[in-house]
Amino acid sequence: MRSVDLPLDPEVVESLSMGEMCELSGVLYTARDAAHKRMLEDAARGEPLPIDVAGQVLYYVGPTPPKPGAVIGSAGPTTSGRMDAYTPRMLELGLTGMVGKGGRSPAVVEAIARCRAVYFAAIGGTAALLAKRIKEVELIAYEDLGTEAIRRLVVEKFPVVVAVDSRGRDIFAEGYKAFAK
Amino acid sequence: MRTIDASEVTARIREMSIESNYHVDPAYVRKVEEAKVGETSSLGLMVLDQITENAALASAERVPYCQDTGVSIVFAEVGQDVRIEGGLLEDAINEGVRQGYRDGFLRGSVVNDPLRRVNTKDNTPAVIHYRVVEGDRLKLYFAAKGTGAENMSMARMLKPSDGREGVIQTIVDHVFNSGGNPCPPVLLGIGLGGSIEKAALQAKWALFRELGAPNPDPLVAELERDILEAVNRTGVGPMGMGGDTTCIAVHVETYACHIGALPICVNVECHAHRHAEVVL
Repeated sequence: MRSVDLPLDPEVVESLSMGEMCELSGVLYTARDAAHKRMLEDAARGEPLPIDVAGQVLYYVGPTPPKPGAVIGSAGPTTSGRMDAYTPRMLELGLTGMVGKGGRSPAVVEAIARCRAVYFAAIGGTAALLAKRIKEVELIAYEDLGTEAIRRLVVEKFPVVVAVDSRGRDIFAEGYKAFAK
Repeated sequence: MRTIDASEVTARIREMSIESNYHVDPAYVRKVEEAKVGETSSLGLMVLDQITENAALASAERVPYCQDTGVSIVFAEVGQDVRIEGGLLEDAINEGVRQGYRDGFLRGSVVNDPLRRVNTKDNTPAVIHYRVVEGDRLKLYFAAKGTGAENMSMARMLKPSDGREGVIQTIVDHVFNSGGNPCPPVLLGIGLGGSIEKAALQAKWALFRELGAPNPDPLVAELERDILEAVNRTGVGPMGMGGDTTCIAVHVETYACHIGALPICVNVECHAHRHAEVVL
């Protein structure tokens, strides 16, 4: 298990390899469907984004409401493929990493390699366990979107797998081959 | 004629919403535990470990297993000698969902309309299916259905000439192409025959069967076994990252159909299998 600090150092991004298990520590920003759509509408109008995505890592998540006294509710990854339409543009704006679940489109895999970024898969559905690794939460923007608002998270030892590395190697395209009978 | 108060329906739906989201079906967790023995992928094994650990944690701390606490699906079997007093059955069910999702700190994941897409904030309305049956009881089945798996569901009108082999191949291709999206290891609910909407309804209904129990028709039970084996040969594996455990169980429900038709619907269920039932 490799420890990886966030935000990502460009040299670390280069060294991450498909299938590697990592524990992330540092800052993640949450954004899913509605926040992506709104951020790119802002960008298209030439307005500044509520967060500077350059050098940052996004986590595709819409948590449950926190119980009283909890930092956050259950918070596992959502299906990344729904963000595929927005992702190449986000990468061009300097995004270096994403955390989600499931495969990405060929266009996204190509953009990840071209922009020297990385896509991590967290284990879908294990939301109670992943919430334990989230230590701080701060609302940043789009409060009206509720669970889909942009939040700044501080995570500690957040378990993920390198799903698409900066050379464009994709575990969702290659992982099955060794086990197909 | 027996009467049931609508407030009783609301109370039970509220309770099932909360409890099923904190405690996923223990039979599913046992199947995942058993699958670890045959899983040869180290990454796959790590995923299965994380799944069982998450189930134990969610249950012990009474928090949702998954942040997607789903759309509320209700099958109501209404005995024809039952009368509901004190309000509409549909309103009573939706009030139960409203209270359960609020009091259980569950996520409101429903938008009011597919085009306007404004979150209703309380997870209503539920998707409700009614069946009129014999007797003076009301049986309520509840499921919280996450959309990662629901989005990977599929309906197709095959030709009778596609036959049994065509059915198996269609399902295998579909599961393979879905990859990690539906959060494998999955349960497959399959509706075969009927019409397009009958197949879809049967596919959903199949998910409510006791996990892994075979169809009482031996011919269908054999088909279930063959589909399960074939799907687990794809190598998709836990969370789609490669491995031996892609599917935990296959439940097929069949119905009569037109001489020229072979409708099939696959309703995919993720490892967050949240089901409950109650008889009033």
